[in-house]
Amino acid sequence: MNVRLVLAVLLWLPVQAMAQGFAGLGTDAGSFAIPDPATVLEFPADHGAHPDYRIEWWYLTANMTGPDGTAYGLQWTLFRSALAPTDGQGWNTPQLWMGHAAITTPDAHFVTERLARGGIGQAGVTAAPFAAWIDDWAMQGDDVDHLRLSASGPDFAYDAVLTAAGPLVLHGQGGYSVKSAAGQASHYYSQPSFRLSGTLTLPQGAVAVTGSAWLDHEWSSQPLGADQTGWDWFSLSFDSGDKLMGFVLRGASDYTSATWIGADGWTEALPDKAFTATPLAEHKVAGRSVPVEWRVQLPLKGVDVTVAALNADAWMATSVPYWEGPVTVSGSHAGRGYLEMTGYDD
Amino acid sequence: MTGTVLSALLGHWRRNPLQVFTLLAGLALGTALWSGVQAINAEARASYDAAAATLVEGSHGQITARDGGDMAQETYVALRRGGWLVSPVVEGRLGQVRIVGIEPLTAPRGIGPVALGDDAGLDAFLAGEGQIFARADTLAKLAATGAQLVEAPDVAPATAIMDIGLAQRLLGRAGRIDRLIVLPGQPVTRRALAVLAPGLAEAARQDGGDVARLTDSFHLNLTAFGLLSFVVGLFIVHGAIGLAFEQRRPMVRTLRALGVPLGRLIGLMALELAGLGLVAGLAGVALGYVVAAALLPDVAATLRGLYGADVSGQLTLRPAWWLSGLAIAMGGTAVASAGALWSLARMPLLASAQPRAWAMAKGGARLAVLSAGLLALAGGLVLWGQGLLAGFAMLAALLVGGALALPPVLALALRLAEGRSRGVLAQWFWADTRQQLPGLSLSLMALLLAMTANVGVSTMVSSFRLTFTGFLDQRLASELYVSAKDVAQAGRIVSVAAVRVDAILPIQSVEAQVGGQKVEIYGARDHATYRDNWQLLRSAPDVWNRLARGEGVLINEQLYRRGGFDLGAQVAVTAGLGLPVLGVYGDYGNPLGQVIVNDAVFAKAFPAAVALRFGMRVDPSQVKALRGALRDRAGVAESAMVDQAAIKAMSLSVFERTFTVTTALNVLTLAVAGFAMLMSLLTLATMRLPQLAPVWALGLTRRKLALLDLVRAVVLAALTGALALPLGLALAWALLGVVNVEAFGWRLPMYLFPLDYLRLGALALLAATLAALWPAWRLSRMPPVQLLGVFRNER
Amino acid sequence: MLLRLRDVTKTYPGAETAVLRQVSLDLDAGEMLALTGESGSGKSTLLHLMGGLDTADGGSVAVAGTDLTPLGDGGRAALRRGTVGVIFQQFNLIPSLTVAANIAFQARLSGRHDPDRGRMLAERLGLDGHLDKYPEQLSGGQQQRVAIARTLAAAPRLVLADEPTGNLDEDTADRVFALMCELVAETGAGLVLVTHSQRLAARMGRRLHLRAGRLTDGPPA
Repeated sequence: MNVRLVLAVLLWLPVQAMAQGFAGLGTDAGSFAIPDPATVLEFPADHGAHPDYRIEWWYLTANMTGPDGTAYGLQWTLFRSALAPTDGQGWNTPQLWMGHAAITTPDAHFVTERLARGGIGQAGVTAAPFAAWIDDWAMQGDDVDHLRLSASGPDFAYDAVLTAAGPLVLHGQGGYSVKSAAGQASHYYSQPSFRLSGTLTLPQGAVAVTGSAWLDHEWSSQPLGADQTGWDWFSLSFDSGDKLMGFVLRGASDYTSATWIGADGWTEALPDKAFTATPLAEHKVAGRSVPVEWRVQLPLKGVDVTVAALNADAWMATSVPYWEGPVTVSGSHAGRGYLEMTGYDD
Repeated sequence: MTGTVLSALLGHWRRNPLQVFTLLAGLALGTALWSGVQAINAEARASYDAAAATLVEGSHGQITARDGGDMAQETYVALRRGGWLVSPVVEGRLGQVRIVGIEPLTAPRGIGPVALGDDAGLDAFLAGEGQIFARADTLAKLAATGAQLVEAPDVAPATAIMDIGLAQRLLGRAGRIDRLIVLPGQPVTRRALAVLAPGLAEAARQDGGDVARLTDSFHLNLTAFGLLSFVVGLFIVHGAIGLAFEQRRPMVRTLRALGVPLGRLIGLMALELAGLGLVAGLAGVALGYVVAAALLPDVAATLRGLYGADVSGQLTLRPAWWLSGLAIAMGGTAVASAGALWSLARMPLLASAQPRAWAMAKGGARLAVLSAGLLALAGGLVLWGQGLLAGFAMLAALLVGGALALPPVLALALRLAEGRSRGVLAQWFWADTRQQLPGLSLSLMALLLAMTANVGVSTMVSSFRLTFTGFLDQRLASELYVSAKDVAQAGRIVSVAAVRVDAILPIQSVEAQVGGQKVEIYGARDHATYRDNWQLLRSAPDVWNRLARGEGVLINEQLYRRGGFDLGAQVAVTAGLGLPVLGVYGDYGNPLGQVIVNDAVFAKAFPAAVALRFGMRVDPSQVKALRGALRDRAGVAESAMVDQAAIKAMSLSVFERTFTVTTALNVLTLAVAGFAMLMSLLTLATMRLPQLAPVWALGLTRRKLALLDLVRAVVLAALTGALALPLGLALAWALLGVVNVEAFGWRLPMYLFPLDYLRLGALALLAATLAALWPAWRLSRMPPVQLLGVFRNER
Repeated sequence: MLLRLRDVTKTYPGAETAVLRQVSLDLDAGEMLALTGESGSGKSTLLHLMGGLDTADGGSVAVAGTDLTPLGDGGRAALRRGTVGVIFQQFNLIPSLTVAANIAFQARLSGRHDPDRGRMLAERLGLDGHLDKYPEQLSGGQQQRVAIARTLAAAPRLVLADEPTGNLDEDTADRVFALMCELVAETGAGLVLVTHSQRLAARMGRRLHLRAGRLTDGPPA
């Protein structure tokens, strides 16, 4: 899920650009830890924060159904961005936190954002017992398999219980996920198999929902390639029990990557160009034209599906705006999932 | 033709440089005082706006500690984690600079330095030694901290903005927060403030900053001064223009006889005046800038001392300001010359071209009627007028009516004196004085207005000072004020102080709604302190005893006037507790309504409220020892104790500054008026030769004539002063009792200052004497041949 | 015909009797006419009507073929600038201008400024030593000579003189008067002289007498 990495880098890129210009910070920029293939992830410790890496996030998306069969989506994200590879108590801590939360219904999209400084208790992540929080938003539990999730905004809130129905998935080589030919990489694992039940609070009232959720945790220090303008990222859960994560990095030449997670729990990382995505229909949202219907193919696994947005207006009007929302899958495989699209700025 | 005619018109000024100087100087001085005052006001307002913009004062809701103290940083985190979108602010002073620490990630957009509007500046602001944003002059006042200094003209004056972490470190207040800004768009699942942090109270967003409202009164004074100065200047200009036109009547006739069309002539004269107005306006604006720059530091110090409002001591040249200065100079010229141009346009071509006794010669009776009408209008407005506009209309009617009354009143006085005088010289003196009245009346009116303004504004400022210091005496009756950090320390303070002081007066308050208004309710312990010091504006019999028995409440004047709570009216202290109003007290400068109840009533009505502030009544000589004991035994920080003497000394020094400003403006307006008089006398000097020459020929020496002229100026000034006193007092009364009430909701009591008026009168006489000195000296030295010239036929 | 008056009447507002009654008069270019009469006989009024300084109640006044009756203030001002020159008893110089500027003044107004002619007039009138002075620095006779020079510098076709030497002593008056007549004659303009002096009137080619608002030929015996 390196697209999340790119998003986070983009969000904080201006900060980094400035940092090199000011006393003391130029050296810090080079002193962050670099992902190492020799690293063996250890749990529960690695569920927590890695302040010596520049960026990190805990990213949860869920597809849900209400009592009347209505489909819903939700997003809960906590980003960490470090100005320097140190941690500590008080305002001097160079760790900054950002949260995004959203609910998508077939005809509405609610989104809100939070920012916080580290070191004073307003936001943070601890490994055991697991807790990730910013302000009154939290994702926490005795361990990562059993979580309570909550967030709220001026016009919505949600509160849900997550229970893992399968093992963690380590992407790439034991969680060392290579991102490009240039060798950029991240540490990256997922829990793609949460069962979810909870309550969405919407302007028209509370809705009880059930469904499935997908959690990513990823950390790195490396920025995006200079020619890359954005990406289209898919996380799809098929009715067969198989799951597919795939993305296209749009640039001078497109770079694609995917992970196939079999219903049997067996995981396979797929190389560049194995996965393709082709826009079928565009939609005008927030002044931009965004492709909200795609043809997604993974011939190696016999996948040739149409991916369509549940709500084409799922625009994230946050500090750095992007599109993120639930999708339905039809074609060779049926199912649900999430789509994220960035870089459609004009 | 235009050039030819202009050469003739302008030639007049070239031949009469004194006249053009009078015109330019009068207009320039009037404009200078007006625009100087405007510049000061504009600078102050801009400072308030900058403060409101950078500190979000008033534009957002605020959360502060109920006890008026600060709060722990953990409280902020607890509120955030409880769903409150709030942003912390820590404030304090470092020397002369107000330090404001903000948290840029949670602060509302648009707050703080502009550079933080985008993420680019965030890193530098937060990381390393941090950054300090302030105006250049403010940065210069800060000691080196290691932080990067960033010049930011948009930041409020004398204020430095920085990250909250840096601010806490510089102020030595790690982990403390003074207030929380409440952001819009709070989440739906927010928990109640009372549950999360019972010691905090939320104040709603306000329309218009407190500071601006508090200081409005002060600015009104300045504006009144500026306006009056400008009117004085207008009188001078009107006189100078009137004189110039009268003198040029023959020329106008000749020009028309030679074939210059009337319309062209009027147009060119208007153009000529516009040019003069422009020149005078430019000079006036430049002079006004100097005046403002000289006075601004004192004004800034006054505002900070009185209201805690930071105003830049440095003047910025704002286009709107100097353009309006020019406009008012041009407008003033137009007003002053409209009459002259009009009469010129209606002058028949073949009318007698002899210069008339210039200006104001037109019927004293008509003037008297007009004046009486205006004064009656002023009286009517006092009785039946409503609103601020009526207040200002009343001021205008009063002043113009009073000024117009001067010539008829003076003529009457002189006629009376003439009738009573015996000697032939005395009779001639009075008659001659009366004959000069038309020529001098404009400058005497200017003097009258200047003295009126001085009496009025001095009375207002002095009354304000007396009221305010008296009010401080009421409010600061206790010798020492102590704030506790928390309930535990409050207990220690009470136990330490109990054996050392005459009385401990807890100060406790809550915010509430009374009659739909936000008010503060205070609980007061019955003590002689209140009975001895508090002066009530209105009170029921036996007010203090009844208050002590919990039978009623005291309210401040604001609540009395705005809420219409008269004596005996029921005030709902809480939903179940209504008490009658027993008295009304003055509460100057406070925008909020206030209610005082007995502390037993307070404790019953608001059981949750805890007193964290105390007034200590103690022998003044024991204050120092008490401070030491509280510091050592109750752990009270020095900054949490304020002694009365220090506050009073500070407020007195503030008023010293106010007086510096007022005195400077007094002297300036009197100087302007004296100048007007000098110019009138110089003009009259040549016109009067035909009257003086026969007296001289009959045997009076030039020296004697000059002396009489001097005496005449003093007599006229004294008579004018005698009229200025009642008019000035009326002005003061109108400002204090009408305009102030309409504008701010409280009436300032008026006090009289006879010694000040005497000094002012002496100053006015001095100005008149100085003005008359030069013409008199010239007369005493006038060559006899010039006097003889009067008798030659050819003149 | 340079000047033509027909049945001119004039009554001042509030006055009971007319100041001019049915006055008719013709004047040719180069003609010199003396108007005499008692104080208040209306001779100055008649002169003002001729110069467009005042308007008649009835009848018509035409100067150089232009009927003044329908003219407004602008038209009459243009007539005074270009066609008529008035010499006043009170001189009416412009005090803020030098003698030279005063002499050139009306010529510049009428657009006929000729420095040579101005210099010539100043020389003939004995003013060449005073050109940089201001009027108040001159004697009465000198001031009136400046006024004459100012009028003639603009080369008017009709010169109207209202008691031009009334403020001067007899010797000076005679000299100034002679000069004025000589200079007017040289330009070929018509001249109307209002005077109460029979002595001066006798020196003019034609004389008319005003009595009670009516014209008669010459003074009564």
